[in-house]
Amino acid sequence: MEQPYAIEMLNITKKFPGIVANDNITLQLKKGEIHALLGENGAGKSTLMSVLFGLYQPEEGIIKKDGKTVKINNPNDANDLGIGMVHQHFKLVECFTVLDNIILGVEPNQFGFLKKAEARKKVMELSEKYGLHIDPDALIEDITVGMQQRTEILKMLYRDNEILIFDEPTAVLTPQEIAELMQIMKNLAAEGKSILFISHKLSEIMNVADRCSVLRKGKYIGTVSIADTTVEELSAMMVGRNVNFHVEKEDKVPGDVVLDIEDLTVASNLHKNDAVKNVSFKVHAGEIVCIAGIDGNGQTELIHALTGLIPSVGGKISLCGQDITHASIRKRNNLGMAHIPEDRHKFGLILDYSLEENLILKRYFEPEFTNKAGFLNRINIRSYAEKLIEAYDVRSGQGAITTARSMSGGNQQKAIIAREIDLNPELLIAVQPTRGLDVGAIEYIHKQLVAQRDAGKAVLLVSLELDEVVDVPDRILVMHQGEIVGEFDPKKTTEEELGLYMAGAKKDKVTA
Amino acid sequence: MKEKRNLLKNGTVQTLLTSLICIVLGMVIGFIVLLFINPSGAGEAILSVAKNFLTYKSGPMQLKYLGNTLVKTAPLLMCSLSVLFSYKVGLFNIGAAGQYVVGACACLYAALAWHLSWLPCMLLAIAAGAVFGALSGILKAYFNVNEVISGIMLNWIGLYTTNMVLSNVKETASPYTYQLSAAGEQALLPTLGLGALFNKNQYVGLAIPLSIIVAVIVWVVLTKTRFGYELKATGYNKNAAKYSGMAEKRNIILTLIIGGALAGMGASFLYQSGYEQWQCTYSSVPSMGFNGIAAAFLGGLNPIGTIFSSFFIQHITAGGAYVDKSMYCSQISDLISSIIVYLCGFVGFLKFAMNSYIEKKEAKKGGNE
Amino acid sequence: MLLLIQYTILFASILILVALGGCFSEHSGVINLGLEGIMVIGALGGALMMHYLPGSTSAFLMVLLVVLASITAGALYSVLLAVAAIHFKADQTIVGTAMNMLGTAAATVIVKAINTAENPDDVSATLQYVEEKAAFVKNIKGFEFNWFMVLTVVALILSYIVLYKTKFGLRLMACGEHPQAADSVGINVYKMRWAGVLISGVLGGLGGIAYITAGVSAWKFEYGVAGFGFLALAVMIFGQWKPTRIALAALLFGLFRALSNVYFGFDFLVRLNIPSGVYNMLPYIISLVVLAFTSKHSRAPKSEGIPYDKGSR
Repeated sequence: MEQPYAIEMLNITKKFPGIVANDNITLQLKKGEIHALLGENGAGKSTLMSVLFGLYQPEEGIIKKDGKTVKINNPNDANDLGIGMVHQHFKLVECFTVLDNIILGVEPNQFGFLKKAEARKKVMELSEKYGLHIDPDALIEDITVGMQQRTEILKMLYRDNEILIFDEPTAVLTPQEIAELMQIMKNLAAEGKSILFISHKLSEIMNVADRCSVLRKGKYIGTVSIADTTVEELSAMMVGRNVNFHVEKEDKVPGDVVLDIEDLTVASNLHKNDAVKNVSFKVHAGEIVCIAGIDGNGQTELIHALTGLIPSVGGKISLCGQDITHASIRKRNNLGMAHIPEDRHKFGLILDYSLEENLILKRYFEPEFTNKAGFLNRINIRSYAEKLIEAYDVRSGQGAITTARSMSGGNQQKAIIAREIDLNPELLIAVQPTRGLDVGAIEYIHKQLVAQRDAGKAVLLVSLELDEVVDVPDRILVMHQGEIVGEFDPKKTTEEELGLYMAGAKKDKVTA
Repeated sequence: MKEKRNLLKNGTVQTLLTSLICIVLGMVIGFIVLLFINPSGAGEAILSVAKNFLTYKSGPMQLKYLGNTLVKTAPLLMCSLSVLFSYKVGLFNIGAAGQYVVGACACLYAALAWHLSWLPCMLLAIAAGAVFGALSGILKAYFNVNEVISGIMLNWIGLYTTNMVLSNVKETASPYTYQLSAAGEQALLPTLGLGALFNKNQYVGLAIPLSIIVAVIVWVVLTKTRFGYELKATGYNKNAAKYSGMAEKRNIILTLIIGGALAGMGASFLYQSGYEQWQCTYSSVPSMGFNGIAAAFLGGLNPIGTIFSSFFIQHITAGGAYVDKSMYCSQISDLISSIIVYLCGFVGFLKFAMNSYIEKKEAKKGGNE
Repeated sequence: MLLLIQYTILFASILILVALGGCFSEHSGVINLGLEGIMVIGALGGALMMHYLPGSTSAFLMVLLVVLASITAGALYSVLLAVAAIHFKADQTIVGTAMNMLGTAAATVIVKAINTAENPDDVSATLQYVEEKAAFVKNIKGFEFNWFMVLTVVALILSYIVLYKTKFGLRLMACGEHPQAADSVGINVYKMRWAGVLISGVLGGLGGIAYITAGVSAWKFEYGVAGFGFLALAVMIFGQWKPTRIALAALLFGLFRALSNVYFGFDFLVRLNIPSGVYNMLPYIISLVVLAFTSKHSRAPKSEGIPYDKGSR
């Protein structure tokens, strides 16, 4: 009898100290189908996939391939069973060529010497068969994210994998690239490959998947056929309640110019071209301006130059009428700039410091915390920290003295937000402030941003999430290849229109 | 039972315990080496290393040699403080050895050629060390040169420079610089009458109490001040330090300047006590700076801890002189202290193992209840 | 002049060997600051072999056995780094430093013990092997040709082929750049890092014996190898972790190191009347200057020095 399932994960339970990441989860993937796995951040999707991939061993449950029980101890076993995965963060060696990355681990060789000609032939054949265009000799660090993803897909095909896992593959793509990827996935399924598509984006799932399994907080909620379901039903299954996706805010007339950027140019440390090219825009008091765009189009460099982390090579930055183009970071802070950084572990926190020491990170030198002789005032630091912890509901094991490292991601982010907002800044810069957080925390953070705006402050938001881009700001600026290519009123635009600009297919002359 | 568990959780207790493990393992491995070389005298030899001045039977002699050990502990403590201070900012100051060497160069030359009195000599030693530290710091901050490699290069540059400079003030018949007591008495550190406590040991003096005071100051700076807060922040996460507006490049340079100053001061503590002369034919850097690394890590990177670890390292180094020379050589104590440094590399793992052991036990206990 | 060329090539050879060692270790993701110690122990292994082999041993056998002894000693010693850095996530700087201190201390203790055992009055730290050393050298019209020069060329070509033309090299470099990527395609990162460190032990040990046989007299083990391991690291950085560029960098450094040995053979240099100490300092000063200009845009393996933990992804 023909087995309908390519792979089955039955009653999988995986525990970590203090948490059950997967609690009795069952997932059955039919041959030749595209099966979506839906869940919020922290729902247990990644853990489940790591179990399938042999990176973790489950405490309970079995895995079946074609109806037979199998044991997967490491990625090699998974590979032998024909399971391949495109990871959310690509696993590519940047200074290797595309070809080298594809063959890594399964190199065709004779006596250990590489046979690259043979590899190249097979790669080019596959590339043609599935319409995956790549340049085998380009270095990964030089090619676009889309091409990197195609490299990852070719890695799986080169290994003749039958079961393909895509872990949040659309996060880094433009809407047009996403459409392209959806088509590739459909082609692959049509060729008989079975696809597991991990996502929390409902529209994409509705568009491409045949069936969908939903996880929530480590538990299995159910599996539905896409033909018989709606976005609302999936959403309710994922979150467990009806969420208000819309951010409430009153109309407001912007006030004076707070931030004024003229012809700002920033060099790139990755390539020889400038990362930011002659960018000009203004942010007013009482408005939220959002910089939208695909990751890697100069947003990071723009913010780093704006906040003083890297120097700019041309142009002028003014804050509240003062020229800060060459000012130190401390000076910018003192003039009223606050910055919720993109990478909270790299920039936002000192993980080995306690929560209270992190909360004073931008004010420790003020007379309240340091006396004239240079000694820290521990009593004032404690009471200040306790005030913030209460006001912003920052939760941690031991309160003010908890090590930042031991706190959850959401609470770490809350601590940063508390610290930055309490500086009472004129300009709040928030870069992907909701990345990796659950719905509750996202709502909270959006409310805080709107509250700043309502208090008459200027807010500059950088976001990669289209939902956030459309929902939160008063004005949208789209960035593409280091330039501002369009300005939009969120009420009068669509995701499709934004997508065209983000992909560089359309471009206006903007002097915002 | 519960109290005991909490004790093991305490960071200070853990540090003490790991240091003790390093010491014991180091001695055991040293003993095994001795056994291999010559089993008949190994036990006695390892005891001599551990006993040092206690080898002497009479109390006054013990006191005198305890004094000698302390005289060399003071500079060692300064070197280990130099290493420790830099390590808090995330820098491995292997250049302490070279900073110490140029410190020796400056104070001896000032004492013997210019006949300056002790304080200016000491200040010059501090300044010389600081300059060398600054070089490493500038190379690190502005040119991204690994401080370990630049430190080593500077060690050799410092050594050859010192040999050249001090050749001008050396005895004609020997490679040694003039005796300070004869040719530069004014530069001898004040003894404060402390020698009397150690059976009239003329070398014991200001350096010993001063080194302990400096250790306490370093502790205060690191734990109680804004400067310490900034330095540690830079050491833990230099991106976040920069983000928060701290001048990380300035802090890197400043730290190595202070580190260099501490090492240079250490050199003045030894050479201005008159205990040793510089040998102008040295073809390797004196081990004081490297032993400072051992003492810093053995002391759990705590300034107060290094007071004791420095004494211990000097104690066994001096103890090496008492092994039976017909079977072993004095370098056996270098061997032991380098094994201890090696083991200090495992401290992170040991603490991790302890913590996970505690967690497991507690989880088990929680499960039983 | 011939002497200068001879010493330049000899010192460059040593630097190339050791720098290639560092190169393999770092490409696998482990920073090897203990090269200095590895050289000393490698030298000790070779010197002991020379010491105990009868002087009548044929030159070929002598070279072969001594080289084998050195690389074995170097590789065994590098296990200290591999265990600590790969399995115990130890701070690679501390461990490397400890290995340097330990190398010199252990070699001194062992050599002195051997000397004292043979003659209770002999407390020197030198091994007698001057006669045996002759096996390594062939005098060709005044140019002292040294077998290590050949070995270096072989090691250089082999390193190039292994790194860029073989499956092993591709996998090794993947582990130093992006160990998670390597792991995800089924490469055993721990194994590759072991390989990298052991190869650095082999090459470091070989460099060590080459170093002590370069001198005219028997080597005093108390002195270690005078920062040569670190000079080799500077060569490696200057050479941007690539064998061919390492070779060129080593020639430059070798030239300055050779100058300090033979500067008195050049009239114009002698007339400048610069103290010998300055020549001794030259290689170190040059390396500082060179590092200052090359370190800013270094292409060091991205994950070097970071312990790999299978659990954290």
